[in-house]
Amino acid sequence: MSSQFLQFLISGITVGATYALVGLGFSIVYNSSQVINFAQGEFVMIGGMATVFLMAAGAPMPLAIALAVLLAVVIGFALGKFAIEPARGAPVVSIIIITIGASIFLRGAAMLVWDRNLHHMPAFSGSDPIDIGGAALLPQSVWVVGGMVIIVAALQVFFSHARIGKAMLATAFNPLAAQLVGISTRGMLLLSFALAAGIGAIAGILIAPITLTYAGVGIMLGLKGFSAAIVGGLGNPMGAVAGGLVVGIAEAMTAGYISSAYKDAVAFLIILAVLLIRPSGLFGRRESERV
Amino acid sequence: MSALTVAGLSKNFGGLSAVSELSFTVEEGQIFSIIGPNGAGKTTVFNLITGVYRPDSGRVWLHGEEIGGKPPSALAGQGLTRTFQNLQIFFNMSALENVMVGADRTAETGFASALLRLPAVRRRDAGAGKQAVALMERVGLAAYLGADAASLPYGALKRLEIARALATRPKLLLLDEPAAGLNHAETREIDNLIRSIAEDGVTVILVEHDMRLVMGISDRILVLDRGVWLAEGSAEEVGRNPDVVRAYLGTEFAGSADAA
Amino acid sequence: MRALLAPRTGGLLALAIVIALLPAVLPNNFYFNVAILVGLNAIVCVGLNLLIGYAGQISLGHAGFFGLGAYASALLTGSYGWPSLAALVVGAAAVGALAFLLARPILKLKGHYLAMGTLGMGVIISIVLNQEAGLTGGPDGMPVPAFEVWGWTAYGERTWYWIVGGTLLVTTWLALNLIESPIGRALRAIHGSEIAAEVIGVKTERFKTLVFVISAVLASVGGSMFAHYSGFITPSEAEFFHSIAFVTMVVLGGMASIFGSILGAAILTVLPQFLAVLHDYETLVLGAVMMSVMIFLPKGLLPSLAELLRRRSL
Repeated sequence: MSSQFLQFLISGITVGATYALVGLGFSIVYNSSQVINFAQGEFVMIGGMATVFLMAAGAPMPLAIALAVLLAVVIGFALGKFAIEPARGAPVVSIIIITIGASIFLRGAAMLVWDRNLHHMPAFSGSDPIDIGGAALLPQSVWVVGGMVIIVAALQVFFSHARIGKAMLATAFNPLAAQLVGISTRGMLLLSFALAAGIGAIAGILIAPITLTYAGVGIMLGLKGFSAAIVGGLGNPMGAVAGGLVVGIAEAMTAGYISSAYKDAVAFLIILAVLLIRPSGLFGRRESERV
Repeated sequence: MSALTVAGLSKNFGGLSAVSELSFTVEEGQIFSIIGPNGAGKTTVFNLITGVYRPDSGRVWLHGEEIGGKPPSALAGQGLTRTFQNLQIFFNMSALENVMVGADRTAETGFASALLRLPAVRRRDAGAGKQAVALMERVGLAAYLGADAASLPYGALKRLEIARALATRPKLLLLDEPAAGLNHAETREIDNLIRSIAEDGVTVILVEHDMRLVMGISDRILVLDRGVWLAEGSAEEVGRNPDVVRAYLGTEFAGSADAA
Repeated sequence: MRALLAPRTGGLLALAIVIALLPAVLPNNFYFNVAILVGLNAIVCVGLNLLIGYAGQISLGHAGFFGLGAYASALLTGSYGWPSLAALVVGAAAVGALAFLLARPILKLKGHYLAMGTLGMGVIISIVLNQEAGLTGGPDGMPVPAFEVWGWTAYGERTWYWIVGGTLLVTTWLALNLIESPIGRALRAIHGSEIAAEVIGVKTERFKTLVFVISAVLASVGGSMFAHYSGFITPSEAEFFHSIAFVTMVVLGGMASIFGSILGAAILTVLPQFLAVLHDYETLVLGAVMMSVMIFLPKGLLPSLAELLRRRSL
């Protein structure tokens, strides 16, 4: 019973760490641009697929990974530059359609450049499970969770110590004031898209050995990452991390104890519950409308 | 009977007191002004009276009937409406349609008759249209009868909001800085418009920074300072009150230009 | 002449003429099929535009209502032997009731939150349709009996063309009536400024609920008709991607433009049929179209076109 619970917890945390990274990307972009980037999930796909195909082309794994992340960063930057920036000030619906269009476009491009098949990526360091109290822990899970922790820590340092990171935070709090002190909010927007794309790609690479990857893998991962961001409070990066873990664990427990058929519904039920009960998210602050 | 009675009204935002233990009475047919330095809580008082915000404590009576907790739309039905300090125009509609929404008794329109455009709806539309045209002429917007709201200049939008509010046939009208951003001539026109509204028997509560307008037009003036009742009386009484002078000299000199 | 140019009369007349004359130029059943799909999507989009374009409330979950309508008709007629029309009406009423229950909490949300809330709602409906295989046949889908009224069976593309064309015409007429009425003005006012609408007496919550229910009912009716017409449905009708397709049609054609919705539905239904020739590029091109229209013609096709014409004639 308890080893079973442990097993579910392990798989929940593993997949939750992926959602956390995707949710982190949503929050970073939202902070600097007030845009929900529905294409965020596609960077997860690009990370996984690019690594697989680069490796198939003979690149050693570390090089393939580095190039895949770089590719995602470039595409993220281009998305911000050529699709989001020209449409600034447009109504929310238009921006949503643009990012959804981008997501479909990237998926279509992936099917064209790569293919429509499922692909397996080898685990980073073997696939013999480690036994913990009767539960099996895949080494790749350690990579996923460890990768998430390192990225979160690095971001924490970036936002609190690096000049440019602090500028991003300032832009999120008050774009006008940030502009007045000489921060380029335009630059911050592009940077946030590039950064979020890179983080998404890393998430995709980390999880690919466990879940397989294919051109359409980004949709569900993107939506669940989004639910992580909502649970954590939109625009709250650390909240998104907590939200990702909450969603991942809830999903694994549902699959284990209730019905694996409805595990995908969990993330969305959580979204609805959070939105209806506490729209600012579990960790967000409440705002009241000013008139 | 008094048009509006407010007793012990308080509101906090995140621990900061915006309005505290405020009480006052507005008699029917008066032009009653609320003034005070920036951040005095004037707009918050409007939001509390019109049901936009829920007070933390205190009670409000409209023509003797308690209205605490009612939504703004219900209060509009009881003859209480307002304009906004920062424009809240329906920019996706024509200027005339903006006023027509005020004239429409939307709650009384049957869904089926609207879908089928039955004669009753057509008559209602024609009536609302006629009323809206008359109101636009009254506030001096006859030139914009066929215009999109988005194409109107700022001063005209201020008057459009007043026309829209009048279209609801209010008994009590709250005007939030109707002259803000207007030039001297436009302010004069607003002054005349407010007087003529009051002459029609509508009670007016006015929040305004233009002291000349306030002093000339008001039957009674309430002075707020940081959400607290400071003084109340006629223009003359308020102008002589040393507390008021102190509050204004202390803060208004520094920041009279920005209408927060 | 002026009256004919007004959208209600002139546009409706133009639509009626197009619907009446189109069969003369459609060469074969393939084209009739495309025209029917255009009409069905247009019915849904007219309703969705009332919600998104007029009242300003986005929904990324309306395919859920479309799917529920389709499955209600399929189940009630197929598994329980109900008459088709009764199934369609009861399905629409049930979907309307569901929308009514969901409207109050969901429409409290604004902007991105509303988008997410409706998205979650739609995805959950689609997951339920996928997983309740005992009832719905699961991902494999289920057959739907032909549409039958008083012993007469609707069969073949040409018959369906007239059914769908007639329904679209009536739907458009009703929608145009509605937006010109006090209710329509109230909806547009909510889009313009919810707070200002409230203080001048518009019960915003009630009207948001009303328009959400109307749009859900139209989606359900569209779903029911689609189910009977195609004879076979799968849960993909309720998918997130399908919801996006509806919203894109509305936005592409033009927000707050009833005829724009019909145009948007036409373009985005016809385009993939021809893109299918370049099978591999279909997804890519669809995404590119969505992005570029939103970037370069943010108001949508019909309003941009109308503006251009107006400027020319001045």
